[in-house]
Parts: sequence; structure tokens; C-alpha cells
Amino acid sequence: MRFLLALLPLCLPAAAAERRSGFDDMAPQTQAMQRDDSANPGMLWVLEGEALWARGCASCHGDAALSMRGVAARYPAWDAATGAPIDLAGRIAQHQGAPRLARESQGLLALTAFVAHQSRGLPINPPEDARLAPARARGAALYTQRRGQLDLSCAQCHDDHAGRRLAGSTIPQAHPTGYPLYRLEWQGLGSLQRRLRGCMTGVRAEPFAYGAAEYVEIELFLARRAAGMALETPAVRP
Amino acid sequence: MRICATLKWLCLAAVLALPVQAQPPLTDTPGVAERGRALVADRRRGLCLLCHSGPFPEEPFQGNLAPSLAGAGARLSEGELRARLIDSKSVNPDSIMPAYFRAEGLHRVGAAFAGRTIFTAQEIEDVVAWLMTLREERSP
Repeated sequence: MRFLLALLPLCLPAAAAERRSGFDDMAPQTQAMQRDDSANPGMLWVLEGEALWARGCASCHGDAALSMRGVAARYPAWDAATGAPIDLAGRIAQHQGAPRLARESQGLLALTAFVAHQSRGLPINPPEDARLAPARARGAALYTQRRGQLDLSCAQCHDDHAGRRLAGSTIPQAHPTGYPLYRLEWQGLGSLQRRLRGCMTGVRAEPFAYGAAEYVEIELFLARRAAGMALETPAVRP
Repeated sequence: MRICATLKWLCLAAVLALPVQAQPPLTDTPGVAERGRALVADRRRGLCLLCHSGPFPEEPFQGNLAPSLAGAGARLSEGELRARLIDSKSVNPDSIMPAYFRAEGLHRVGAAFAGRTIFTAQEIEDVVAWLMTLREERSP
């Protein structure tokens, strides 16, 4: 059995080996900043999230290191209450018994970072749930659809030209391995939805509102695309 | 007779190939190369250096998604450069270059840009005029 487990990594699809986290394309000093928890600014949000967890969530969910381990790696997931897919921040925001947190608010970012941090190092593990398939397919279509005055799709940069330079920035392969993450450009922690909005306004398109179904659909598609890659939350990116 | 017919077809093919590949001036006022250079370097207006590099020794961080602009005026005619600026996809449907003078056929354009082209007709002429001055393949 142990022998078979040792062989398992060899059976992963060849594509997995060619996938790169944005981490791999960063300058060594930015990589060092992410690696060192005492230098990683994202850890400030994780610590704030830990305090919020202790005050509100722990009474039901207990020790997050046990109860939340692996949870973030499975999101977005199906939300039975709304009959729609939901991402991790959406799930935390609508949680019963907790004060309602707005998208991209510091409290929601902190809690999401804290919960996702419990899965750091674990492989992204999208659920095999047939109810998610139509939304994931819509996400794939959104990813390849040209939009905005600049008439560009996500795929044209992040698939066709990944690794090349857009002005001074290396275009990453668009694997959401470290959200919410600290971006030097933002001087703060932000969600994947914030990052998607950045690309949309960059191509001079009308971004969707925070929490829109379209974002969750793209997130579903990206999570499947990054399946098996290790979670890094809180990542640091340029 | 057969030679005539062949010639006729060759001429027809040449004429059919022309309209997309080269475009006549959009205005009666000749472009000003100096203004064109400033537009190309402007990262909020022209955006050109996000993807292209060019003879801009003063500009750091030039992109490499597209060919260098150096020598553009030697590689292509004025009409061919204009056609690529107006709508690069009319020449190559797979091009990632935005159409600088086409506002139709776009999806979900941001409110601030809806119905507007990236450049005005005169700005297209300015940029074409500057590109035509680029005769050296190597950036100085």
C-alpha cells in the first residue's frame, strides 16, 4: 500500500508538472517575504481572523486547526440554501449567528484568510459535485470571452501569453493558489474577486459587482484548473 | 487568351487582397509624428508599450507580447500600418491587439469607454506618421 502511495505522484497528469503558481515567477525577495510568516504582511489579517474566530466562531466550530483543515481547498462549493455555488468568503459572509460581513471588508478578508490558512500546503481539491458543472462551464466560457474596449479574454493573456511580460510584469498562469493574498500593488489583502475585477477594468470592461454569480463561476473554473496545486494562503504577490 | 485570363485573375486577387491589408488616410490633415510618439509612449492613452517595445530609451518596462515597433516603417507601408491600427483583427483574426478605431462589435465595454474608440481619427494619423519614421530594425 505504501509503495502504491509513493507511486501516486507519478500518475498525476503531465500538465500538472507544467503548471506554475504565481509564486514561481516572483522575485526571490518577494518569495522570501511570503515564506517567512514574520515578514508576510498577510499574516496580520490571519491573526486578526484568529481573534474574530475566537470571539464568534469557536463556540460552535471549535479549534479551526482541526475543524477547518482542508475546507478552503474544497471551495467554491454547492450552497443548498441558495441553490447556487458559493465561494469561501460568500459562505463566511452569510453565516448564521455571525454579524453580516460585507464583501472585501477587512473583517471578512481576515476571517477568510484565517480559515484558508488552515489549508496551507494542502492540494486544491474541487468537490466532485454534478450540481456545480453548469456553473463551472459558464466560468470556462467567461474565461475565454473577449471583453472590454481592449477586446481581450482572460485566456489570451493567462493561457496564450503566460510567462511573457506585460510592460514590466510577468503574466502569471492564473492559478488561484493563495487567496486572499497580500498584493504589493494593493498594499493590502484582497480576494480573488478583487483580482478578477482588476483584470476587467484593465481591459476597459464593466466589472461585475462583488459577489456576482459570474465571479463564482470563474472561481469554480479556476479551482478545477488548479486542482492538485498547493494552497499558499496568505500568498504574497507583486 | 489563356495568359489574359490568368492575368485577369491575378489582378482580381491583388485587388481583393488590398482593402483589408491597407487603408487610406482617415483625415485630410497629415499626422504629426511627434504627437504620435507621445501617444505610443503614454501608458494610459496608447497603451502600446504594455505589449510592444520600441525605440524609447527613456521608458523602462516595455512589454514583449508583440513585435518591437523598431523598423515598423520599413516592414510595412503607411496604409498597412493604418489598417493594423484601425483594426488589427481585419488583418489577422487571432491578433490580441485592440482595434484602435472601432467601437462596434465589443462586449461589456466599461461605461467610461462605451461607444468611444481608443484613438481619434487624427490620433491614428499621428501614430502612423511616427511609425513611418521607424526605419531601423534595431532600437538605438
